[in-house]
Amino acid sequence: MTMGKLPAWAVQRVSRRHEKLIQTALFLCAALSVLTTAAIILVLLGNAVYAPGARNAFFEQVSLWEFLTGTHWKPVDGPAGRFGIIPLLSGTIMVAVIASLVSVPAGLGAAIYMSEYAAPREREFLKPVLEILAGIPSVVYGFFALKFITPWILKPALGFLGLELGTFNALSAGIVVGIMVTPLIASLSEDVIRSVPRSLREAAYALGSTRFDVSVRVVVPAALSGILAAFLLAFSRAIGETMAVVIAGGQQPIATLNPLRGAQTMTSFMVHASTGDSAADSISRMSIYAIGIALFAITLTINLISGWILRRYREVYQ
Amino acid sequence: MSEQNPSGKSARTNAGSINGAPINGESAKRRPAVSFVSGGDRHIRSRLMLSRVFAWLCRFSTYAALAVLVVLLAAIFYSSIGRLSPDFVTNTNSTSPLKAGILAGLWGSFWLILFTAMFSVPVGVGSAVYLEEIAKDSMLVRIIKVNLANLAGVPSIVYGILGYTVFRTSAAAIATLFDGKHVIGILGLFKVRLSKLPIYEDNILVGALTLTLVILPTVIAASQEALRSVPGSIRVASLALGATRWQTIWRQVIPAALPGISTGVILSTSRAIGEAAPLIMLGALTYTSMCPGGIESPLELLTKPAQLLQAPLDQFTAMPIEIYDWSKQPDARFTAVAASGIVVLLVVLLSINSVAMVVRHFASRRLKW
Repeated sequence: MTMGKLPAWAVQRVSRRHEKLIQTALFLCAALSVLTTAAIILVLLGNAVYAPGARNAFFEQVSLWEFLTGTHWKPVDGPAGRFGIIPLLSGTIMVAVIASLVSVPAGLGAAIYMSEYAAPREREFLKPVLEILAGIPSVVYGFFALKFITPWILKPALGFLGLELGTFNALSAGIVVGIMVTPLIASLSEDVIRSVPRSLREAAYALGSTRFDVSVRVVVPAALSGILAAFLLAFSRAIGETMAVVIAGGQQPIATLNPLRGAQTMTSFMVHASTGDSAADSISRMSIYAIGIALFAITLTINLISGWILRRYREVYQ
Repeated sequence: MSEQNPSGKSARTNAGSINGAPINGESAKRRPAVSFVSGGDRHIRSRLMLSRVFAWLCRFSTYAALAVLVVLLAAIFYSSIGRLSPDFVTNTNSTSPLKAGILAGLWGSFWLILFTAMFSVPVGVGSAVYLEEIAKDSMLVRIIKVNLANLAGVPSIVYGILGYTVFRTSAAAIATLFDGKHVIGILGLFKVRLSKLPIYEDNILVGALTLTLVILPTVIAASQEALRSVPGSIRVASLALGATRWQTIWRQVIPAALPGISTGVILSTSRAIGEAAPLIMLGALTYTSMCPGGIESPLELLTKPAQLLQAPLDQFTAMPIEIYDWSKQPDARFTAVAASGIVVLLVVLLSINSVAMVVRHFASRRLKW
């Protein structure tokens, strides 16, 4: 690493003005992220709450009360249209809860195993496996749920119990979304679990604890804030997950908590509506922005709570 | 004997290794534990049993991930039998499941990723350099950092709404403004023969700009991490020799961080290849048999230079969009087509990721501090 042989004139030419110019350019790059956030909020609010010009914003035609409490979602133009978010919300939450039921035990178990039990070489082999699982695109999981999990695993298993399963169902969508977010929980939890100091473990072992006692009564409580933050991040990821749910979950906006039927989530409605051929300023099209606000607000709130827990309850070890 | 490893051999490698080092407390505990068990202390025996069951549960959940991966790949390869063949990669889409191919999606994804990388690398690395090397701890910088963390959690479909409203509308406005004529006028000087250069509102550039916003937080985070791993002594040495701050960054810090930056950038860009939701929100084509710019083979990149200008402004589809479209076809024969598409997509992702791994491997050999 040498500085390179710069002639004196070259050094002179890179004047303070140049430096300032470059720094300003770099600052603008960094500030672009703030601009992006501002643009997202402006675009969503600008089309849902107040639209300048001749177009009518969504909430100028549908009251906020009807939107939040309505139990029917029939996004068609004209008097037949019903715009209550409850069916989409119930579908979204159902998928996210099923995903959590899959990913929380699996992700936490994997994190504990990799940090407390696995030998270094075993860990080196397992980590890439989880990374690959996390890197597989959402559409692939959708295909897997629709063409494999539903017909080959869930249908026979539930048929054995005498239950009927739809071709499109929230259960298979929730399961694959759970598989998708498991690596996220595993890697985030493993990071916090590994940062628990060794002295705590050694003290517990010295007092006669078994591995179970050390993992469950010492290490996990010490890392609890980070683990909770990971769960919340995974939950918000599951809420925003799109293609897998679009493919496997179906498109019926019904206010139900029955996972064996098809359900429409907020994200799958947005995909469905944008592939339709309604006019750009029709109310069915504008409802995308209203759902977009709800999705953005919910995921942002969960992410902020997750960050707050991480900062507020972080144990600091010296 | 340790409670979860009845065989002494694996106990030595497995038990009590936190960060690879054996724990004294563990080995000291092990000996009396055996005597307690043989002594028949039921309380201790049940505690050890619980511990062993717990270890197996944790091991099960970890290896379940591996099992899912194997089953997923096996199911996809098995489903692709019947359509996966060389002509699947050379055909464009068709309404016949026996003829449908992924060529248009392959080229669409190629152009998208090319431009996404062109947009996101300078901006992403620039932001990281600003945040790591230049910024002082001010209110504004803290806002930028918090904002970046939150942007990373925004669902990609929301960026699709942004892209549809801002980028697509702008593209439509530009299209009506130029209507192809002005561009041809300028090109006339260089004697490029073009009959028409139509600008579509749902073009590659609009898609690439949207994908750029999706992956930018990841690119920035990866570059920041790479910059952070460059030791401070390099910066101090460079500054002490009279280099300016920018010279230090450009000639010392960035070259030293380059392997880390390129690995991170490649990995986060490859994420964009699998993204379908924001592109569908933009109104990207779900069914088309046309490649952007009409370029259908790598050779045509050289033989049809005029078409190179058309490609970024052309309509497109992408691999994940086509897979989505095939997956939802009611005709069961399209299952094999979708599975074949997934195989091609995964092969592309795998080859890109292995490039990143090779870069990481050689860089970690060469650079040591």
